[in-house]
Amino acid sequence: MEKKIYLDNAATTKTRPEVVEAMLPYFSEVYGNPSSVYEFASQNKKAIDEARTIIADALGSHSSEVYFTASGTEADNWALVATAEAYESKGKHIITSKIEHHAILHTCEYLEKRGFEITYIDVDENGIIKLDQLEKAIRPSTILISVMFANNEIGTIQPIREIGEIAKRHKLLFHTDAVQAFGHEDINVEELGIDMLSASAHKLGGPKGIGFLYIRKGIKIRSFVHGGAQERGRRAGTENVPYIVGFGKAVQMALSTLDERRKKELELREHLVKRVLAEIPFTRLNGHRTNRLTNNVNFSFQFIEGESLLIMLDMQNICASSGSACTSGSLDPSHVLLAIGLPHEIAHGSLRLTLSHENTLEEINYTVDKIKEVVDKLRKMSPLYEDFVRKR
Amino acid sequence: MYTKKVMDHFSNPRNMGELENPSGVGTVGNAKCGDIMRMYLDIDDDGIIQDVKFKTFGCGAAIATSSVATELVKGKTVQEALEVTNKAVVEALDGLPPVKVHCSLLAEQAIHAALWDYAEKNGIKIEGLKKPKNDVHDHEEDVAESY
Repeated sequence: MEKKIYLDNAATTKTRPEVVEAMLPYFSEVYGNPSSVYEFASQNKKAIDEARTIIADALGSHSSEVYFTASGTEADNWALVATAEAYESKGKHIITSKIEHHAILHTCEYLEKRGFEITYIDVDENGIIKLDQLEKAIRPSTILISVMFANNEIGTIQPIREIGEIAKRHKLLFHTDAVQAFGHEDINVEELGIDMLSASAHKLGGPKGIGFLYIRKGIKIRSFVHGGAQERGRRAGTENVPYIVGFGKAVQMALSTLDERRKKELELREHLVKRVLAEIPFTRLNGHRTNRLTNNVNFSFQFIEGESLLIMLDMQNICASSGSACTSGSLDPSHVLLAIGLPHEIAHGSLRLTLSHENTLEEINYTVDKIKEVVDKLRKMSPLYEDFVRKR
Repeated sequence: MYTKKVMDHFSNPRNMGELENPSGVGTVGNAKCGDIMRMYLDIDDDGIIQDVKFKTFGCGAAIATSSVATELVKGKTVQEALEVTNKAVVEALDGLPPVKVHCSLLAEQAIHAALWDYAEKNGIKIEGLKKPKNDVHDHEEDVAESY
């Protein structure tokens, strides 16, 4: 197939053309600084307000509770560090999970160096957080629970409502990293008991370089970037107007197409999973079989390594990702795959495919055919497979 | 990320496979780290490597270094094969990304492990060859049963 088959939408998505179009006037036509007084600048202020309202509505929140950041990572950093600082006098204990994104885990490590204690809760074999362990971990000094909405590698959706209830019962703050879920799953912060939520535009058809943190009204949180009075004085820096506008447009489109996108992704996902599991032996699906993002699949192919698999798929014009050590830049494979109990060598052979509404059944079938060929080729090269066959 | 040579050896690996009744076979690396290399050598009575095959579980660089290493030792004497260093492997591939240099070391060790096996089987001593420390056979059990 000549055309590129893009199956890495959890890494980033294509910016929708309508989003780009909505952004364009805000570079060279309506370029005023939203903080200026004149009429010309007020158009920019209005554009930001509109985008903020779209996002607030999407969450069932109020627009004064949405703060734009430069990324989902910044929102995660802000939520953790600034909450920790603000509630330090109450206690220095935070609870999170073992399968968070590095934006959370590395921020937790930073806080540990600064005297905070972090408890990392286990997940089961499907990647679902152990709620009993979570509740037991709560101490008088606990100030915050941070658990992701849906996992970026294996797609498993967490019991957010239950975590929200636990947090409420113990009068704790609850933050969720919803970078993979926002614009893909229905999220209502009131119903789910979420106090803070991080998201990013480029995972839902918006531009890279813009995110937000939802902070429930009344929550004490320090400013993370100091300077001007932008974002109600909580996040200084001249607003990135075109990107904020693009974010708003992307959310609007994501919501209006949510049901049909989910339906299409689900059909493709189920077809993909069924074919791969039926046609390629010694393969497992990582993550929960059904309670997962509609666009996520993650397989482990025994006896082979993920990076070589990715390069061979790339040669066939298929873009995918893996949790092998060689793709993570460290010696260990993905912490998420290890947390669900996979042995190292199985974790090394993982393949993540994340779909979009633009993928077709033809692309999926082509991809499965190629995966079959490539896995077969790599197994023929594998001394692990050789040993396995000899022992049988 | 990879040079043309690496990509070439990765997509068209040379001497990939197994040898029946090899003069020596060596396996290095471990599945936990994501790299295992196995080298088979067929050495004639004059001590010349007549044939060589490899099998590798690992990344693109691991496969390419194994492939190029087989080319570097084929037709050589045992002593010459012993002198194939990881540096020679990297050079033959026009370079490797820094994080992948360990793959070339593994290729060197795989050759040494196969030569060691050959020496042991034939009760001979190869000048300058040390017992390879990185043999995978200890790990085999947990690899096969851990799934």
